[in-house]
Amino acid sequence: MSRQVEDLNRRLLRARDAMDRAYAEPLDVRAVAAVAYVSEAHFIRTFRAVFGETPHRYLQRRRVERSMFLLRETDRSVTDICLDVGFTSLGTFSRTFREIVGETPSDYRVGHGPMAAPHCFQKATTRPVAAAGAVRPAGSALRSSSFGEAPAATSP
Amino acid sequence: MIKLNVASVMVLNQEEALDFYVNKLGLEKEQDIHQGLFRWLTVRAPGDPGIEIFLQEPGPPVQDEATAAQLRELISKGAMGGLVIQTDDVRGLYEILRARGVADFTQEPTEHFYGIDMGIRDPFGNAIRILQPAKVAHAATA
Repeated sequence: MSRQVEDLNRRLLRARDAMDRAYAEPLDVRAVAAVAYVSEAHFIRTFRAVFGETPHRYLQRRRVERSMFLLRETDRSVTDICLDVGFTSLGTFSRTFREIVGETPSDYRVGHGPMAAPHCFQKATTRPVAAAGAVRPAGSALRSSSFGEAPAATSP
Repeated sequence: MIKLNVASVMVLNQEEALDFYVNKLGLEKEQDIHQGLFRWLTVRAPGDPGIEIFLQEPGPPVQDEATAAQLRELISKGAMGGLVIQTDDVRGLYEILRARGVADFTQEPTEHFYGIDMGIRDPFGNAIRILQPAKVAHAATA
């Protein structure tokens, strides 16, 4: 039993690493689930049990973290940054950013300059926490069947 | 005087760990002492005898079975910390690792102001970062 848990964890971790690597690309949950050799539904359920949030939310936080980096370190426009980190709609990007960070991308940029810490350190430690300042409607964390911008179906 | 001598990395299987850290990553075995259930197994970078990594497998007699099970679960979800290793040629090592069948790259070689680095995971989920410091930093410490 224990070996099975470890083996599943390891595969889920590999899928999580794949999201961290390819966040800028259009990802769909089916492809990421395939990295872990599990079905889409099983992936969403077990990922949440193991890592405490849905794969969709995990990917959103990676994308938002990278956008925070680009807002701090570059002069690129908010629209360009939105596309750079894998969002396809400015509306979704702004809403998600505000929900996770607690302020708009433009306000965040005004308040923060470049950091000197090594890149891997920034990437790991400046990532916004899952529920920072956000009041989420009941059950919304379960909506995660898609990584794209299409309306997500509610998991049973 | 005080300096780092041994740090430990939790692994799920010492034999598999030895194969990865020595035959894949290129470290050398330093100590391998069996005492009952316990195996003191360390590796180190070639030519760097002062600092060793203890490849520690959770379990009795050091941890009870329940604690070991918790540790194994944490290892396999990548929650147990990891290592930073230095090299003078990250891209060369990247090619070597690939040729040796290592596929778990968390980051391909990437240039930063402090140097070039890449990220891999050991077979169990531990994160390993491999850094080639920028020339300026290199010269400063040489």
